[in-house]
Amino acid sequence: MNGSRKTVRTLPLHLVLVVVGALMVVPLLYALLSGFKTTSELSRNPVGLPESWITSNYTGILGSGAFWRLVGNSTLIAVATTVLVVAVSALAAFSFARFAFRGREVLFTVFTMGLMFPFAVAALPLFLLLRSMDLLDNPLGVILPQAAFGLPMTIIILRGFFREIPGELEEAATLDGCGPFAFFWRILLPMARPALGTVSVLAVVTSWNNFFLPLLVFTDPKWWTIPVGVQQFQGQYATDTARVFAYLVLAMVPALAFYSVAERQLVGGLTAGATKG
Amino acid sequence: MTSTYLPGTRPGPDAAPRPLPPAGRARTRRRLLHWLTAMGFQLPALVLFGVLVLLPILFALYASFFRWGGFGMPSDYTGADNFTRLLQDDVFLGDLWRCLLLVVLSLALQLPFALAMAVLLNQRIRGRAVYRMLFFAPYVLSEAITGVLFGMIFAPDEGLADHLLSDIGLGALGGKWFADPSTVMATLFLVMTWKYFGFHMMLYLAGLQSIPAELTEAATVDGASPWQRFRHVTLPLLAPTLRISVFLSVIGSIQLFDLVWVVTAGGPDHHSETMAVTMFQYGFKRYQVGYASAISVAMFGVSLVFALAYQRFVLRRDLAGATTNMRGDGA
Repeated sequence: MNGSRKTVRTLPLHLVLVVVGALMVVPLLYALLSGFKTTSELSRNPVGLPESWITSNYTGILGSGAFWRLVGNSTLIAVATTVLVVAVSALAAFSFARFAFRGREVLFTVFTMGLMFPFAVAALPLFLLLRSMDLLDNPLGVILPQAAFGLPMTIIILRGFFREIPGELEEAATLDGCGPFAFFWRILLPMARPALGTVSVLAVVTSWNNFFLPLLVFTDPKWWTIPVGVQQFQGQYATDTARVFAYLVLAMVPALAFYSVAERQLVGGLTAGATKG
Repeated sequence: MTSTYLPGTRPGPDAAPRPLPPAGRARTRRRLLHWLTAMGFQLPALVLFGVLVLLPILFALYASFFRWGGFGMPSDYTGADNFTRLLQDDVFLGDLWRCLLLVVLSLALQLPFALAMAVLLNQRIRGRAVYRMLFFAPYVLSEAITGVLFGMIFAPDEGLADHLLSDIGLGALGGKWFADPSTVMATLFLVMTWKYFGFHMMLYLAGLQSIPAELTEAATVDGASPWQRFRHVTLPLLAPTLRISVFLSVIGSIQLFDLVWVVTAGGPDHHSETMAVTMFQYGFKRYQVGYASAISVAMFGVSLVFALAYQRFVLRRDLAGATTNMRGDGA
């Protein structure tokens, strides 16, 4: 079969892909272009290219401390959540993978059940709990619950990985006088770096995109994260559409940039979590 | 002499048999120490999970039997009143109905579409890496951001959707989208598909790539048509992945909140409200915390019934071998 015949045969397929691709891109591209227009131009010329490329929407937002504050908060919360959930899960996963102990299966089932229950179920009582612990308007009020809800998936993925590491290695380490924690810390964790990378990427993305919890916990704008900030910004500047579009685009950039860097870990982690979990 | 922790143990009934017990008391002590070591590693996770996941769920169960404004401890015990009220609440019953609608639409349209795209992109086709990345990209965006974006794109008359439709002479197809009770759910579903079909596609692609090429080749040699190959070779082998994908999709519909809250807040006139939104309205806007807890419990119940039934009838086979390794999936 020569190349051109193959191209003809796959032409409808390409057509389908191009159409679907366009449907995916157009909303994003539209937001990007609209950000370069003024709002009055946007209502006059919604679809075409900007008549003159105005950058003031973008520069105005980037020049304001408020936007960077959101980026900083989101980063702080995502990093803290990730460190916490990965550290705690690694310990638990190690115990699940390498120890035989009474109650192990029951405990593991309890954690896996956590996968099945939506966060929304716990949102209200969690809010009351955080209020009584005086953790509202405190980043810990978002970090701790996010880490707690991230445990099931992280433990499942890490446990699977830890079990793959050959038992001989552990026997050798034990003979050399390595206790369980030393084995975990000095041998297992360094070997599990790819898996740790995967679960970290998952945790970062989940935290970065969380909206419900920060919405409940932070009434003080000082701690708002990007998703909450976007919603508030839209409420505040509803009539200045072009500006809101610019804001949306800037809010999307970190997530998309992170995705382009960590695509492999993200997709690998999601498919592993889903097909093995 | 074995190590105190057993390398490479498989899950199964608890402690594996030990060799030669020394004196009874020493053995008991060593077993206790072993158990304590294992539990020591579990402790941080247990505390975090117990306090911030299990405790709130239990507390919601407790609070759902009270009329309670959310301050102090609940004291006005009303028995099952909240639940009887729930079953007569048109908004809540509507939530259930809309949840079912989204589930049905997802299973009938979104997942088959994702599967079609996965099969398409599993072939050697020019640009497939780019398409994969592009289709999946919306998944990494926050639902809140996605919601704001599409709220503006589907703004009646002035949004991109209506402009494009009238530009290509299909203005009659345009409308009020999120603002019209009769189209709001369809529009919502459209946005959910835009955001999530790429995720399911990626799952399917991972599943498809784990199917050995020899199998489909053998079917081809035996004279199977492409459709027969898909129906009788690919699809059965993809079944575990499909079951997980369906599960995640249903759970996603049950807990839908962010997108709806940002775009419509449940409107117009409750026509896009979900259980989570109703819960939020009562719990955080009207301070009927007891009633909102009952809604949480109902959500929990719906998830539980679904999860148990699904596990019982559909998932059992997959979970038996699940969570064993992940290397094959390109970690």
